[in-house]
Amino acid sequence: MQIDLPVIWAAIIGLGVFIYVMLDGFDLGIGLLFPFFEAKNDRQVMLNTVAPVWDGNETFLVLGGAGLYGAFPVVYSTLLPANYLPLILMVVGLIFRGAAFELRGKATRTQHAWDLAFICGSGLAALCQGIVLGSLLQGIKIADGRFVGGPFDWLSPFSLFCGIGVLITYATLGCGWLILKTEGELQRNMRQLMRPLVCVLLGAITIVSLWTVIGLPAVAHRWFGSGNLGWFLPVPLLVIACVWGIFRSVRLQHEAMPFILTLAICFLGYSGLLISIWPNIVPPSLSIWEASSSPSSQLFALVGTVIILPIILVYNAMQYRVFRGKVREGDPGYH
Amino acid sequence: MEIFDAFHLARLQFAFTVSFHIVFPAISIGMASFLAVLEWRWLLTGDTAYKDMFLFWSKIFAVGFGMGVVSGVVMAYEFGTNWSGFSSIAGNITGPLLTYEVLTAFFLEAGFLGVMLFGWHRVSPRAHFFATLMVAVGTLISTFWILASNSFMHTPQGYVIENGRIVPVDWFKVIFNPSFPYRLAHMTIAAFIVAGFIVAACGAWHLLHGRRDKPVMRSFSMALWILLLLTPIQILVGDAHGLNTRKYQPAKIAAIEGLWETEKGGTALNLVGLPDMDAEVTRYAIQIPHLGSLILTHSWNGEIRGLKEFPPQDRPYSPIIFWTFRLMAGLGMLMLLTALVGLLLRIRGQLYETRWFQRFVFCMGPSGIVALLAGWITTEVGRQPWTVYGVLRTVDSLSPVDAQQAGVSLLIFVLVYFLVFGVGIYYMLMMMKRGPDEHIERRDQRKHPVLHNRALEALEGE
Repeated sequence: MQIDLPVIWAAIIGLGVFIYVMLDGFDLGIGLLFPFFEAKNDRQVMLNTVAPVWDGNETFLVLGGAGLYGAFPVVYSTLLPANYLPLILMVVGLIFRGAAFELRGKATRTQHAWDLAFICGSGLAALCQGIVLGSLLQGIKIADGRFVGGPFDWLSPFSLFCGIGVLITYATLGCGWLILKTEGELQRNMRQLMRPLVCVLLGAITIVSLWTVIGLPAVAHRWFGSGNLGWFLPVPLLVIACVWGIFRSVRLQHEAMPFILTLAICFLGYSGLLISIWPNIVPPSLSIWEASSSPSSQLFALVGTVIILPIILVYNAMQYRVFRGKVREGDPGYH
Repeated sequence: MEIFDAFHLARLQFAFTVSFHIVFPAISIGMASFLAVLEWRWLLTGDTAYKDMFLFWSKIFAVGFGMGVVSGVVMAYEFGTNWSGFSSIAGNITGPLLTYEVLTAFFLEAGFLGVMLFGWHRVSPRAHFFATLMVAVGTLISTFWILASNSFMHTPQGYVIENGRIVPVDWFKVIFNPSFPYRLAHMTIAAFIVAGFIVAACGAWHLLHGRRDKPVMRSFSMALWILLLLTPIQILVGDAHGLNTRKYQPAKIAAIEGLWETEKGGTALNLVGLPDMDAEVTRYAIQIPHLGSLILTHSWNGEIRGLKEFPPQDRPYSPIIFWTFRLMAGLGMLMLLTALVGLLLRIRGQLYETRWFQRFVFCMGPSGIVALLAGWITTEVGRQPWTVYGVLRTVDSLSPVDAQQAGVSLLIFVLVYFLVFGVGIYYMLMMMKRGPDEHIERRDQRKHPVLHNRALEALEGE
């Protein structure tokens, strides 16, 4: 039997992107929660919960980019030009927040400016990621393997709303993470913030789902037209179950459960998206097989990935283990 | 030809972003290995001066590394946004190589950086040393892959063209292409030299300002030892790299030397001059007979091909690389001189007391960075008008972007880079100005960070 390399690569990149959303989601989310916590000490603790890991989290974004580049160069050379401005703004956002991590503690007079850079950088990066996602769902004009649309094709009410959706998702993830990693007053405040955040998140998911189904006939056909509805129906039901679980665990003061359930919602939303576009990689027309690089390229990169990716996951997990437990004021971090 | 069309703006943008970027990884590569040596010495000897040095330089390393990561993300996405022609035609080669870089290097660095910077009290000293070692190894692996990819663009082999795309057939040949070993050695040593001069200059500054404590003196001394070892090797490697380039990219060598005619019976070296691309001459040239042949062929009468042998549309722009090359080579000689004078003063026992030398070393602080940039400009501009030498022209590598997109994004990057990285560099300089702390060990003991004795800390008013 012939191994279907493009499918394997699509799975690897899908996994990589999901890990990215999961990990950088909560650490971008911390930037989004900054405005709700004015006190200097609180902000310091919030930042220190991710100080040792943010860099590793962001590396998954580079993996997603490099994986696409290696396995599906056509996606790289169509999706990226189509989303030129949002991607540029996304990396600008990442630059500002990455620099804020390093420089905030060293600045004395300008610390407020760096806090602002951290908030805006995180927000801009999250918003732009959502816009790119939205524009991908809408579909991208491709002819002969080249992007043939205009420079502002990505801009639409739908893609902007997807941007807001991602903002809310990341803020919720960040809040769940901080419930896990903090204690005392700060943790209580996080728990209070979690309830409204989850409600808004549920609203956003509902609107994006309905909008996709109503506005994008191809996606609607995929969900309702192909007779697979029985298989796909658990997705929305499980989302509602998770939201209920988060409310319950916040009330019962669980430490980790709100974060885990938020991750579960992300996973469900993400799998919903995959169902919507599969087996295309750039809707409406480019499938994963058409977008693939040469088999020898995919195989060469695959050999290394299969060996190395598990090792990477192990030592990334070890890093989280080393820095497990609550973060307190005065712990080593950025000062 | 329009200067501010999408093509030139995109090139300008790439040149700008990559020039900013390369400085930070170079510092990280050199500094990471330096840190590993410091920690190893500390574990071996128990001398706390090494640990003070480690803590000091690791803070500067952290800022540099962070800047390198964020400016690197830009590069990875620029291939798609501005250079999608390149990505889709050469992506079969450069894509997997970049994937390997991310998998084997970036994750290794990122995965252990947290422990290295923040994990002192959470892991044993040996485990910490392991983390530092992994970060250092990660930076070197990263150098390996990115230079394999870059060298392929200069001296491609092991591929075929299928449906207008470059398709790999022999990965071993792709990676170990003819210019790769030379470029890898030259760049790795350059990164060490960059870090060496930064450490030396910082030490010189504090010696000039009267500090004579161990971390300061030892930083100065260690850096000068490293430079004494590396600068002569670098000059030899650079020479070998030049011979390699003459063989595989003769047009680049001709442009570097401002050489138009292929001369019989030995070629002179243009020491200085102004190459004129239109008139096909090098004006105001001051020449030394036979020296060109001697350097580039290691023989008295060796033949070097002149630029006129190549059609005008295949010639690199000589006026730039003629001078960037001379800047790099000149600085290289000055570096060697610095290291030799340092050795002389050391033998005489005057290393820490010779103020003029310390001032000189301080001024040489950025020389590594300047030489590195000049060298990269030489080799990259020298590859033009190709992105993959002899296979893919730069013009055909461009994305379907218009001048407005390329121009606006360039403007955004210029503003953001000067703001963010300007501030980053400012803080790195401020930290170096403050210098290493001597008493870190004692303060740590007082705070009992491992025990988290909150009552005690409250008593002490912390």
